[in-house]
Amino acid sequence: MSKFLSLSEAISRYVHDGDTVALEGFTHLIPFAAGHEIIRQRRKNLTAVRLTPDLIYDQLIGAGCVKKLVFSWGGNPGVGSLHRFRDAYQSGWPVKISIEEHTHAGLTNRYVAGASGMPFAVLRGYFGSDLFEQTSNVSTIQSPFTDEKFLAVAAINPDVAIIHAQQADKNGNVMMWGITGSSKEAVFASKATIVTVEEIVDTFQPKFNSIIIPNVLIDAIAHVPRGAWPSYASGYYERDNDAYIAWDAVSKDRESFEKWLADEIYGESGAKP
Amino acid sequence: MTVGSNSDIAAVSAVSDVSGEKKPWNSNEMMTIAASRTLKDGAICFVGIGIPSTAAILAKSSHAPNLFLIYESGTVNTDPKRLPLSIGDGELANEALSVVGMPEIFNYWLQPGHIDVGFLGAAQIDRFGNINTTFIGNSYDDPKVRLPGAGGATEIAGACKEVIIIIKQSKRTFVEKIDFITSFGFGDGPGSREKHGLIGNGPKYVITDQGILEPDPVTKELVLVSLHPGVSVESAIENTGWDLKVAENILTTDEPKDFELKKVRELVATSSKKSE
Repeated sequence: MSKFLSLSEAISRYVHDGDTVALEGFTHLIPFAAGHEIIRQRRKNLTAVRLTPDLIYDQLIGAGCVKKLVFSWGGNPGVGSLHRFRDAYQSGWPVKISIEEHTHAGLTNRYVAGASGMPFAVLRGYFGSDLFEQTSNVSTIQSPFTDEKFLAVAAINPDVAIIHAQQADKNGNVMMWGITGSSKEAVFASKATIVTVEEIVDTFQPKFNSIIIPNVLIDAIAHVPRGAWPSYASGYYERDNDAYIAWDAVSKDRESFEKWLADEIYGESGAKP
Repeated sequence: MTVGSNSDIAAVSAVSDVSGEKKPWNSNEMMTIAASRTLKDGAICFVGIGIPSTAAILAKSSHAPNLFLIYESGTVNTDPKRLPLSIGDGELANEALSVVGMPEIFNYWLQPGHIDVGFLGAAQIDRFGNINTTFIGNSYDDPKVRLPGAGGATEIAGACKEVIIIIKQSKRTFVEKIDFITSFGFGDGPGSREKHGLIGNGPKYVITDQGILEPDPVTKELVLVSLHPGVSVESAIENTGWDLKVAENILTTDEPKDFELKKVRELVATSSKKSE
């Protein structure tokens, strides 16, 4: 049952060294503030799962929190490369990371299997792609009904899912709308769930295409306005495309990244727009 | 070989322009417009950001008002008025008939074969339309250049009824052997897709800055069927890393029309202004 906690308390209680974490949200509602708090609390050896690592995992990787990245598209959307990811993967700075690479359909279905309480999910996917040979947690399975072979992906059940949503009500239910990616599946698949929200309201007013996550599925809610910046929260603020572009220069070399860490994360101000 | 004589996209210009004069449009604009013309009204189309989005919005504003656009971020039948700057741009959600989660996009829309046309880009392509978006170099574990990876592309290449690939043509991109097959085209020729159980028909057009290629119906090898105005066959051959097949009756792509150029420039201008 969800409890309202400070972000610092929520991370401290539910994210531990060595955990498998899934900070989800597809372009929209990416829980950046929670990621920054994980860096601030200097968590280590995380297995970090996300379809698109985006800047949030580039930052966690650069800060040395991650030992393994599980992902399906690793770029800075609309800009270019994730330099901290590449530096860690190719040069081992600040720590060597391993990768487990999927397609969006494959990783989405790892969450679906995890959410469904099944050991694997079955799909038509990866066939003909060299990725099949490179990636663990992917195999083939014979249909019990026909001669056809399909692809199976192993379930993923993270220790903790962290998502950002627009609103929580007083009873600790959460409402999100707009693009929700694989957030719902990540919540159902995970052993614990932290949600950061823009606003706490008395009662929800239904929104176009909204989804509700009832309080029984949530462990901690933290009220963090602008907690998805520089991604966006529909109804609250737009994506800060300039910040995504600016990240390219910040992350390009180790010195400028370390300065960013010192100024924006470890410094007193925290990352603010 | 008589490929391309029925091409429905590259109507023959009355006069081919081989004068080499500077064109009043650039190759990105030509690629975008050529891609846009391939989209039929009413088609269900899986789109990405960049040129595919520009092409799709142009098509919707001209010959294909009922084009049904789906983005992998979950926006279904969306009608963006400006260019989306990211795959999950708020504009795509705000203008959509419905917004759904990603399992629904991949498992219910793409996998069973509901999508007519999928757009893909690539860093490398081979003569059978197999494409690489994963890495450049000799080794997956120690790449020379690491690229973003598959995203939605592998299953788009597998399950869409047709695939349109947009890529600039050069010896670096059109290669004899790609470093990694991220997404499957025709493998090593006829029968490969069937062997892998892929339900879609594979690449239908490859649109480049030089012209348009289509797979030979029998051999599945890409054949140059149309040249953009002002481009020579020699140039297309020179920019290909294999022995490029050229259709006997090669066509010239129609010049960009004024309304096409106007719309493309309008869209691109808003997007660069936004990201300045």
